[in-house]
Amino acid sequence: MHSNSGIRAPYTQVASWLEEIGQPLLELRAKEAEALFRRIGITFAVYGEGGDPERLIPFDLIPRVIGASEWARLSQGIEQRAKALNAFLYDVYHRREILRAGRIPAELVIQNLAFVPEMIGFDPPGKVYSHIVGIDLVRTGEDDWQVLEDNCRTPSGVSYMLENREIMARMFPDLFGEGAVRAVDGYPDDLRRTLEEVAPPACRQDPQVVVLTPGPFNSAYYEHSFLADLMGVDLVEPRDLRVRDGRVWRRTTKGLEIVDVIYRRIDDDFLDPLAFRSDSALGVPGLMNVYLSGGVTLCSAPGSGVADDKAIYTYVPEMIDFYLGEKPILDTVPTYKCAEPDALSYTLENLADLVVKEVDGSGGYGMLIGPRATEKEVAAYRKRLEADPAGFIAQPTLDLSTAPTFTGGKIAGRHVDLRPYCLVGREVRLTPGGLTRVAMREGSLVVNSSQGGGVKDTWVLAGDAPHGGGA
Amino acid sequence: MLSRTAANLYWTGRYVERADATARLLDMGARMTMLPGSATRQDWLSVLKAAGVPLTESEEVGRREAVRILLLDEEGGSSVRSALTLARSNARAERTALTRQAWEALNDEWRALEKVPEAEASSSLPDYLEWAQKRAAAFRGSVETTMLRDDRYDFIKLGGALERAAMALRLLEVKYFALLPERDVVGGGRDFHQWNSLLFAASALRAYHHVYRGDVTAWNVADLLVLNRSFPRSVALCITEAADTLGRLALRYNQRTEAQNRAERLHARLADTDMDEVFADGLHEFVQETLKSVLDIHSATSLVYGF
Repeated sequence: MHSNSGIRAPYTQVASWLEEIGQPLLELRAKEAEALFRRIGITFAVYGEGGDPERLIPFDLIPRVIGASEWARLSQGIEQRAKALNAFLYDVYHRREILRAGRIPAELVIQNLAFVPEMIGFDPPGKVYSHIVGIDLVRTGEDDWQVLEDNCRTPSGVSYMLENREIMARMFPDLFGEGAVRAVDGYPDDLRRTLEEVAPPACRQDPQVVVLTPGPFNSAYYEHSFLADLMGVDLVEPRDLRVRDGRVWRRTTKGLEIVDVIYRRIDDDFLDPLAFRSDSALGVPGLMNVYLSGGVTLCSAPGSGVADDKAIYTYVPEMIDFYLGEKPILDTVPTYKCAEPDALSYTLENLADLVVKEVDGSGGYGMLIGPRATEKEVAAYRKRLEADPAGFIAQPTLDLSTAPTFTGGKIAGRHVDLRPYCLVGREVRLTPGGLTRVAMREGSLVVNSSQGGGVKDTWVLAGDAPHGGGA
Repeated sequence: MLSRTAANLYWTGRYVERADATARLLDMGARMTMLPGSATRQDWLSVLKAAGVPLTESEEVGRREAVRILLLDEEGGSSVRSALTLARSNARAERTALTRQAWEALNDEWRALEKVPEAEASSSLPDYLEWAQKRAAAFRGSVETTMLRDDRYDFIKLGGALERAAMALRLLEVKYFALLPERDVVGGGRDFHQWNSLLFAASALRAYHHVYRGDVTAWNVADLLVLNRSFPRSVALCITEAADTLGRLALRYNQRTEAQNRAERLHARLADTDMDEVFADGLHEFVQETLKSVLDIHSATSLVYGF
């Protein structure tokens, strides 16, 4: 709730609900929710942190609410962005018009580590590269949403969108009785349709879809198996797949069976040891060849990471203008690309007030939040920045909105962000909702689950609630 | 079904039964050593040998060591704890192939043995063994009542049946290794108590009296555990179940398999055996030979279904 004048309209129902059930019940339910998550096995491992390999992401019972008209505008902005990012990817692997027009510096794209030269001139089915676009947003004012970053490769967390709702509906069934909250459970079907729509040219029958996971030790394994199950398709590991006769096959108890579309939750580098990292024991040898000859579809396409790089991010408004001829509906955070001398000197001068991120970093690792850092941390970061300016971008610290959160036995405002999942096949589909991440520590701006962030159920209301005033 | 899925389900079934079986072996050891004048070290050694734990003759072996190795060990699959952990991790990889109830039976309390000190485990051993057997029972029960009768169910059942057959044979081996001190007569008090312990561990004491209505004899105990067709954990019944399951899989996949042939051959051989013959040729030799046949069924299964 951002405004100081009381309860924002969309929260009216939640506010009266909270009043009604009271603190002790809320506390009890919070404990039950945790037991439920543990029991179902929804856990999350954090790379390189040791400790409990199957820990839980804290779940906050108080839903995050988005009004109907607010969502209408948001969803237009998200779909616009997803289309522009895919058009950009097609362009950079074909004629590179946007680079030739001088709208984006060519070296940012061509020298990008995520750029995959093998993809040049190749047409993926439907010209779609990023089939699941996760866009991280923050609300910064009454009607202002800003994009923090785009995720074009394999955005994770959608299982929480589904499970959080499931758990809320189980514990507070009355809340959903009046159909005021839009359902999210259509997502797995939409995902399956999206994947089937991009079947490769060689596919002759019903498209056979699989989800490709690195295996049970991956931190998102629960999500991989969850999505495969809800779509009714096989969850495969690289060792379950074989390349033969120009197609991809999976090993089953009945022998080899064909695979048409692979929703891969595995990085480019580990897809195919013949095409990418030859030192990798993971991967399916020959997979890339089959893909490039139209025998299988990979979702997302290799090389999609060029579009979600933090340095490319600042040019998305250019893309929207260049490919769609539209004005961007969602704002982007002003970003200083430290590769540029002016931006670098500005950043160095204002380090203590800025957020500085690694261009290719993710998960909230390796970033500096100036206002919250000690002098020593700032000094250390300055050295890293000076050594490799092109590796960093800087942004002003945002006045993030907060949402009511049940923490330490009371309700208090905590910073939140929102990640909706936009599906791009022959059609564009967007589930009304998303993953709301919440910084559980007071004042903290970092919502990443790897940094102790939690999650909330996200409600998109079916109609706009009447203004609640100071209820 | 993916071959890897089949393998994971099969091993889930096996490890659950192994946890149960290992608890029973420990139970048998605990009972034997409680008898007056028991040769404690020798008795625990025989339990560990039967469980297939490699040991040197000079190693110190007592209740504490046995509890550590067969109940609390973290890895290797020889202990109750590691068998339950492996069952769960195989199931976790196939989380979606199981019903929620079957998964929860393995996921609930799976870490309960993690922080139990050896001394506590040793002094409250019966509680922990009962707990382990309850975990296995909860899993079996939820598989029976919630899983579709399709190939997933078959692979779980197959793994369980083969492990249970091996377990019955291993229990008999304890008795073989637990040699009687020289001054004891075969069929004497000590001998009787050892056979009794075996029946207790197999939850078979009442069953024994119902079936044989008389004194506990080596012949009859072996008969109950190996050949009897009404005792649910007898080798013969487990092999029948394995052969039936392999037959169902062959029908599903339209392919008769070598694994099925081997299971049927063992089934026929057991039906054709009587205990006099077994004892004449040596019980230990018979047990070893049968264990090898069970292993052969396993190898043929993993070969044909691509584990």
